[in-house]
Amino acid sequence: MKDPCAHCEEMMQPYLDHVLTDDEMRAAEAHLAECVDCRRRYKFEESLRVYVRKAATEPMPAELKQKLAALRIPLD
Amino acid sequence: MPLAYPRGRNSNVPGAVREGMGHAGTVDRMDAEPEDGQRLATEARDRVRFEEDALALSDQVYRVARHLASSREDADELMQETYARAFRSWRSFTPGTNMRAWLLRILTNLNIDRGRRQQRAPQMTPLEANDYFLYDKLAENGDGISDEEQVVERLSQDDIVSALSAVPHDFRDVLVLVDLGDFSYADAAQILDIPVGTVMSRLHRGRRILKRELAESALEEAT
Repeated sequence: MKDPCAHCEEMMQPYLDHVLTDDEMRAAEAHLAECVDCRRRYKFEESLRVYVRKAATEPMPAELKQKLAALRIPLD
Repeated sequence: MPLAYPRGRNSNVPGAVREGMGHAGTVDRMDAEPEDGQRLATEARDRVRFEEDALALSDQVYRVARHLASSREDADELMQETYARAFRSWRSFTPGTNMRAWLLRILTNLNIDRGRRQQRAPQMTPLEANDYFLYDKLAENGDGISDEEQVVERLSQDDIVSALSAVPHDFRDVLVLVDLGDFSYADAAQILDIPVGTVMSRLHRGRRILKRELAESALEEAT
């Protein structure tokens, strides 16, 4: 039988993306309820996604915003 | 996400004036001159509204563009090319559909046209590690894990930005659209013109590649 933690690892991304079937979701949750290691890794993945989004977000330079506005086509 | 819609001015309803249809409305001509003026005024108003709506989305488009492009300079150019094209092609946008996705489709096509797909060769694709790899590496180098959020914060913003830029384009495009741009799998598939199944597999692999890159930079910093 496949290592349940390895299976849980495979389920992590679809689980966090909410695309598992109900049965798969129940199976993942049953394992997570009893496995602290997988639970921590799932929590880490969730935090990582939030952190990556925050760290990768750069405000658009004001100068670029002005350049884009200047590209508008003047009314005749 | 249709990228084009008919703007025919020829109504099949003789003599009728069809109003209230916004951009796609058609007006029959009973009296050419005033209606021509009215049509031009309507078109001008629609175009101004389109430009304002597109500019209001520019921060959100940039958030994605910044990481689809290889550098800030490239992102800057790509944004300008995208908006210049969008303003020229405004008639091909279907009102009521997702303008952000429409702009991103122009942007990703331009990005491909600019020849930034040189990493396509499969042998150049780094092998991703498994999904738990990064956590395990950070845990090995920490003093025991008590809070997963603190573990994440061992990664610097520079680590994240440089790891993202190291993900090959095909994977990065999907990763950036879904995880930074909040697009659904279906929207990403339409923007990139690839099947949803391909979006899912590239997204999952892209995230694993990103984590492998992050693990490498975290390990370098630890030594």
